[in-house]
Amino acid sequence: MLESRQEFIATKGKQKKQIKCDADSIAGCVSQRACVYSGARVVLNPVTDAVHLVHGPIGCASYTWDIRGSLSSGSELYRNSFCTDLKEQDVIFGGGKKLASAIDELAAKYHPPVVFVYSTCIVGVIGDDLEAICRAAAIRHGIEVLPVQSSGFIGNKAAGYRAACDTLLRLIEPAQPVWAKKPGSINYLGDFNLAGEAWIIEQYLREIGIDINVVITGDSTYEKLKTAPEASLNIMQCAGSMNYLASKMEEIYGIPYIRISFLGMEDTAASLRQIAAGLGDETAAKKAEQLISREIANTQPLIDRYREKFAGKKAAIYVGGGFKAISLIKQFREIGIEVVMVGTQNGRQEEYDTINDLVDDGTIILDDANPAELERFMLDKGAHLLVGGVKERPLAYKLGIAFIDHNHDRKHPLSGYAGAVNFAQEVNSTLCSPVWDTIRKGGHSEWLKK
Amino acid sequence: MLDCTSKEMKPRTSGGLINPAKTCQPIGAMYAALGIHRCLPHSHGSQGCCSFHRMHLTRHFRDPVMATTSSFTEGSSVFGGGANLKTAIKNIFQVYDPDVIAVHTTCLSETIGDDIPNIVQTAEVPEGKLVIHTNTPSYQGSHITGFSNMTKSMVKYLAEATTPVKKDQVNLIPGFVNPGDMREIKRLVKAMGIESILFPDTSGVVDTPMTGEFTMYPAGGTTIAQLKDTGNSKLTIALGRFASSDAAELLDTKCKVPAIALKTPIGIKATDAFLMALRGSFAQEVPAEIEEERGQLVDIMTDTHFHFHGKRVAIFGDPDIVTGMTEFALSLGMVPVHVLTGTPGGAIGSAVGSFEEDIAGMLAEANITANVKAGGDLFTLHQWIKNQPVDLLIGTTYGKYIARAEDIPFVRAGFPVLDRSVHTYMPLVGYRGAMRLIEMISAALLDRADRDAADEDFELVM
Repeated sequence: MLESRQEFIATKGKQKKQIKCDADSIAGCVSQRACVYSGARVVLNPVTDAVHLVHGPIGCASYTWDIRGSLSSGSELYRNSFCTDLKEQDVIFGGGKKLASAIDELAAKYHPPVVFVYSTCIVGVIGDDLEAICRAAAIRHGIEVLPVQSSGFIGNKAAGYRAACDTLLRLIEPAQPVWAKKPGSINYLGDFNLAGEAWIIEQYLREIGIDINVVITGDSTYEKLKTAPEASLNIMQCAGSMNYLASKMEEIYGIPYIRISFLGMEDTAASLRQIAAGLGDETAAKKAEQLISREIANTQPLIDRYREKFAGKKAAIYVGGGFKAISLIKQFREIGIEVVMVGTQNGRQEEYDTINDLVDDGTIILDDANPAELERFMLDKGAHLLVGGVKERPLAYKLGIAFIDHNHDRKHPLSGYAGAVNFAQEVNSTLCSPVWDTIRKGGHSEWLKK
Repeated sequence: MLDCTSKEMKPRTSGGLINPAKTCQPIGAMYAALGIHRCLPHSHGSQGCCSFHRMHLTRHFRDPVMATTSSFTEGSSVFGGGANLKTAIKNIFQVYDPDVIAVHTTCLSETIGDDIPNIVQTAEVPEGKLVIHTNTPSYQGSHITGFSNMTKSMVKYLAEATTPVKKDQVNLIPGFVNPGDMREIKRLVKAMGIESILFPDTSGVVDTPMTGEFTMYPAGGTTIAQLKDTGNSKLTIALGRFASSDAAELLDTKCKVPAIALKTPIGIKATDAFLMALRGSFAQEVPAEIEEERGQLVDIMTDTHFHFHGKRVAIFGDPDIVTGMTEFALSLGMVPVHVLTGTPGGAIGSAVGSFEEDIAGMLAEANITANVKAGGDLFTLHQWIKNQPVDLLIGTTYGKYIARAEDIPFVRAGFPVLDRSVHTYMPLVGYRGAMRLIEMISAALLDRADRDAADEDFELVM
């Protein structure tokens, strides 16, 4: 292992050190991290009726074409892939004209209310004036055309979240400085409606008498996003991507925010209570208690059955953000699985502190890990299961370790009580599959020795 | 999802793409580099590029894909990426210990103008280790161009003519195909009793068996010794001109190894041409087992021809695959109505030739007029299909949107296929591959016939 990587790895209990994080990756590592564009794209992509136009060569557009499983209740426009497909002459003479003409073509074809124009690495270098081109196009077509400053090299994925939030802030800015507040109305930040997760939460809140004004950005539309300043409270699930937006909205529109999490039964109950309290709504608080006891009564027996089954099993976590890792640690605890390794690509210092408080002694905590490190610690710690993203899946499988995707590729909603059961089911379907017997004792490895 | 695609085809002048049928050069270079034994591909650019390419390849192959990145920052894009690359090379050899690093560039490092050979010259490369590179500006060509460029660089850096007389062996360049195809090509040549060097060779790299262990450098891949020895072979066969011709041409100029460019051996004609070229050059007879396979294929084609005759088909994907697929569809009696690739079409007179000319030539021979386009996108293909409907669509996973919107039977072939497994192990090339294609096409067409049949028309025997 590289010496310069040591600072990014800690073992709980062994040493009193703060893990290093939020730093640039070391050149030459097999980093699992993505780029600014990727961060911006995943945040904005769920805006369903927007044209998402990637200004650059084709790659950035093709790799992000419909890969995030954000569901829509209306427009499917966002699932198409639009790109200026810059060529050599554009790089030499500038891509501005081509961009303007691409916006014209798409505006005429689809009549979208808003066009997001994503800047890629090359645009940052050749210096196309995205602001001016977008402004002119907006006037030409009478729609909003918003640049996203997401050139890949200006930082990591977290910088992309921020670029996306800056664009959202411009989008939600009201034309008139005075706007009416809707009492008791909340925005739900940082849920991207993967597999329909935001819909589950919307239903819970509706049941306790609270309306979600807009989800940012899961299943959102231009019109719905425009109403964001009217809410009286922001609740925030994915803090990694939305912290900046939430604090800006507090500063500009005086909307306070609370951090919530709907991953796992424990967090779901706490979050419902927090929201009711945050609004000072006693009726909602009462209804929340009813909902919580009903759902726990329905869910707990199912979870308990899985707990028995999972006794003695160990899990490793390697996900994008720290907040998700924290929720997963709690969720594993609910189903009786011990977490022996926790890593994130872009976790922040305070999140690593929380992780450190949550886990048992001996747990490995690491930032921006590479596959060799993941392999070593999973094997050292005897993990039976890894939670991760696309690139980690085959690695886990090759080691004979079960896997669940907690990222773009998830197929079932993992939010709320329904999600808690789905989570246990997903863990069960991989952890308890008979395929591992074919690999382990008496299986393939024995067979190979014959 | 594609409700917003209109039937009316308005002129498109912006040059932008809607729903692309290609991706960028670097991923092709990365895939080619994985076909060198104990090689670590290195992406010289922002870390997002490397991450996207690994993710995309992982989704297609369902195997770990290892590659490193220079992790550009704002500083590197102002002052150049030289320092990052040098640090990267040092770290990579220290930590991951590959035999060779294959560097490819990105649109960013190309635009900044990093001079890779110069940087590599001043980097710390341990004794006996190698660094090769290729330029893959994403704003030219496609992933196929990137594959071709990296393959060409293998020749440029490694091929050597060291023997006074050429060896009785053939170089085979398979093009951007699955490891299952590469295994099939090797099997055919071996059955012919001919020594061969296949490069790049990703079999045994991205289709590795389960052992309960993760291996950074699996057993497969063309070795450095083999790559050097390509200069001593008496013939190179480039399979698929877009992905393979450039490397073959360079072997000719650099090491005087004559080259033949053939179609990717998809279907009976192209496989015949491949085996005949081998037979002619090596005076070897086609063995009985291969003759038997061919006979079986012809038998199957006879047994099933009535399912295919006159069926209208749309084919899209990478140019070499689409060319082979179109030829095979014609030999089954199908009518290719729309043929499209996202890769720019090459130029008449260049080694790769012209996609549109090649396809138009084949169609003209069969008296068929069709829509043919290089550098196209799936929006165009969809509009074509709306205007002239087809009975079958053949292409990559991205075709599933069109297949669903227009309710067309769909056969997945090419790169990428992200929503099905096993396909990377099974060949489309050779006679066996042709049998498999017939099975896939039949299944798609007949499942549809079963689904749509009225009760009284629903048949047991088809």
